[in-house]
Amino acid sequence: MMRWKFGAKATSLAGVSAVALLASACGSASSASSSKASSSSSGQSVHSGIPKANKNPITMEFGSSGPAETSAEKSAAAAFTKMTGISVTVIPEANLTQSLAEGFAGKNPANLFYLSPTLFEQYVTKGVLYSYGNELGNKSSFYSSLASAFTYKGNLVCDPKDGSLLSLYINTADWKAAGLSSSQYPQNWSELAADAKKLTTQGRAGLVVDPNESRLDAFFYQNGGSVLNASGSKVLINSPQNVKALTFVQSMLKAKTLVFPSQVNDADEINAFGQNQAAMVITGNWMSGEMAADYPKIRYTAHLLPAGPSGTRGTLTFTNCWGVPENNSNLGGTIEFVKYLTSPAQELRFSQAFGTIPSLQTVSAEYAKKYPQNAVVLEGLKYGHPDISIAGSTEALTSFNSALTNLATASPSSILESAQTNLQSAIAQNS
Amino acid sequence: MITAGVRTSGRARVPNARPGSSWKDQVAGWLFCSPALLLVIFFLLVPIGLAAWVSLSNWDGIGTPLSSGVHFVGLTNFREILTQPGLAQQDFGLSLRNNFYYVLLVVPLQTFIALVLAVVVSRKRLFARGFFRTSFYFPSVTSSVAIAIMFQFLFSGSGAINSILGYLGLHGPNWFVDPNGIIQTILGDFGVHNGPGALVNHGFLGVSWWQWIAGPSVAMVVLIILGIWTTVGTFMLIFLPALYNISGDIADAASVDGASAWQKFWRVTVPMLRPTLFLVLTLGLIGSWQVFDSVFLISQGNPAGTTLTPAFLAYQTSFSDQQWGEGAAIAFLLFGLIIAMTLIQRWFLREREGSRKRFRGLLLRERLASNVTSRSSDVLEA
Repeated sequence: MMRWKFGAKATSLAGVSAVALLASACGSASSASSSKASSSSSGQSVHSGIPKANKNPITMEFGSSGPAETSAEKSAAAAFTKMTGISVTVIPEANLTQSLAEGFAGKNPANLFYLSPTLFEQYVTKGVLYSYGNELGNKSSFYSSLASAFTYKGNLVCDPKDGSLLSLYINTADWKAAGLSSSQYPQNWSELAADAKKLTTQGRAGLVVDPNESRLDAFFYQNGGSVLNASGSKVLINSPQNVKALTFVQSMLKAKTLVFPSQVNDADEINAFGQNQAAMVITGNWMSGEMAADYPKIRYTAHLLPAGPSGTRGTLTFTNCWGVPENNSNLGGTIEFVKYLTSPAQELRFSQAFGTIPSLQTVSAEYAKKYPQNAVVLEGLKYGHPDISIAGSTEALTSFNSALTNLATASPSSILESAQTNLQSAIAQNS
Repeated sequence: MITAGVRTSGRARVPNARPGSSWKDQVAGWLFCSPALLLVIFFLLVPIGLAAWVSLSNWDGIGTPLSSGVHFVGLTNFREILTQPGLAQQDFGLSLRNNFYYVLLVVPLQTFIALVLAVVVSRKRLFARGFFRTSFYFPSVTSSVAIAIMFQFLFSGSGAINSILGYLGLHGPNWFVDPNGIIQTILGDFGVHNGPGALVNHGFLGVSWWQWIAGPSVAMVVLIILGIWTTVGTFMLIFLPALYNISGDIADAASVDGASAWQKFWRVTVPMLRPTLFLVLTLGLIGSWQVFDSVFLISQGNPAGTTLTPAFLAYQTSFSDQQWGEGAAIAFLLFGLIIAMTLIQRWFLREREGSRKRFRGLLLRERLASNVTSRSSDVLEA
């Protein structure tokens, strides 16, 4: 609730976006229109050669997961400054989406920022991102499932900074107690359903999954389905394969071997797993940090998600890229910094500091040696698909997610039909 | 101030201008006003004008909305929200419904509780009056972020509220993830699970009538409690001086007339608080229709869009979906709605001729009565 400021309140509401508007009003109109016209007519411009670095300071904005990430970014920046003499200011942003919007509206974005796939889709079509991925010569070193999220019209626009993916995590003690063999983890849907049933006890579900498209879409890919066509212009979410996949999830839900976190009185699947309200969880590898901090005594193992009936493996990948704006006071220097940040040694340092998986396929052997518990799931980054990223789809996805919370009683095909309509209209509106 | 300046800047002196006021005085006047005037122009009028332009344009968030690449698109953005069936329209309808229930519960309750608290702490014989006054006001001066986080802990699935309910043998809901409307839940207890076809199949703004009457969701109820809790302190503070302003004579007169404490409160105190009541209701109405920070901090419109409010939807549409024109259009629709609501409320609370006369008559009678009784008591004592 807001504090009451007498007067002015009623009028100030008219400018919800007043900050951004004001920032943009102060920007120079002429430069804005000229650079806009040139870039939007040609779509994303491709560059031949990257300009030379100058000594202008660089600003980097990012959304931090916590002090570990912030200090790792700071020490990377300090090391880069020591090497090149270019000073770097590192700014952790509580709300990166908003600060990027303000930066672009004011024609003064940071030189470098984390960019989520959804924001990438929004900005790349407006022609404000500098496309450097093809220029650095290491395009093929990245996992293709990560790079594909930042590819526009055949060009890798920005380099993925790390990778995360969905895997199946199993509570070791529960698995043993149910009399299941440690050499026979679920490899397909029927085994998953059977094992979940064996693991379900009074007060504990076999499997907990968040009713969210960023979890359940994995089942679509496992059944040979998809969400978008290759060019990203058409939504394919209402396909028969997807209806069948969602019906499978529904059957486990009805059998009470699969639960949503809200059903076990906790809003978060990792907490439900940590408090042993479920023996298995499908979630991302970021859970290891949370488990170590909150539930250090729980032992668990990581596994690839089970395959669908046809034997197809599928998972969802999550990543951000190192976004660089066209409008940049030190383009060359920024790209030098990106090269440093995506070097094998630095990606491994980030892994050590805050638990990310390197986006470089080329360091996977080294990573697997250092973190054997995660080695088995690295495979998923090779065949995984990026989570949905459609510009302007927040409302459509929110509505899809809230429909998924009613999956136990609702019809899977009608959920997917309305998601199809809403996502397709989001694409139509933004293209 | 402004109008006075404009009027006197004409050729002839305006008759009612103070003698000796020359153009120098006027320049000085404008100079003294200018800092405030510039602030108002640059931080209120210019952004509002820009937002108005954005709501009618196809600005995409890159560069200034005044650049040549941004085009006038007429009422397209408003049509998208109001008349074109789709998610944008449905979300706007939902946000209006949610906020309507929020206002319906928050405004009367916060006003009533604030008034009661003010009456309680205005009692001269109350023990530790200063302590109570401060503690009631405390939530209003605490950071809304701190309060929102505290509420998140209190109302989480395994939080303090549910633990207390557990001691009482009740099973508390999972507050922040429960999208069920409370009116519909109550109807469900009576065996009504599906609405009549007339309500389910017809609707307004993409939301069926059955959904319109679903009531606030359980999650919204938490925001409503938070809204009331953080504002009663401020409104209590507005009521307090108004209460002190009511002369003790009047209350005494009413008592002598044989009015009970209850009658005194409703027939004397409340009518005399009318201007303050108007202020409190107006501020409450405006603030409740603009509720943003608790939604932003606690629920982000979830679960199932039942805590979406127009102010938050405007923010989300603009910043997350980059539909700046649509976001600005929502903000202007909300602006219009608030103006309309305030006018309606003003019309309801206007001083009616009849009531004023009746009130005066009452006062007069009381005066007379008190004079008579005091004299008679004098006589008795003598």
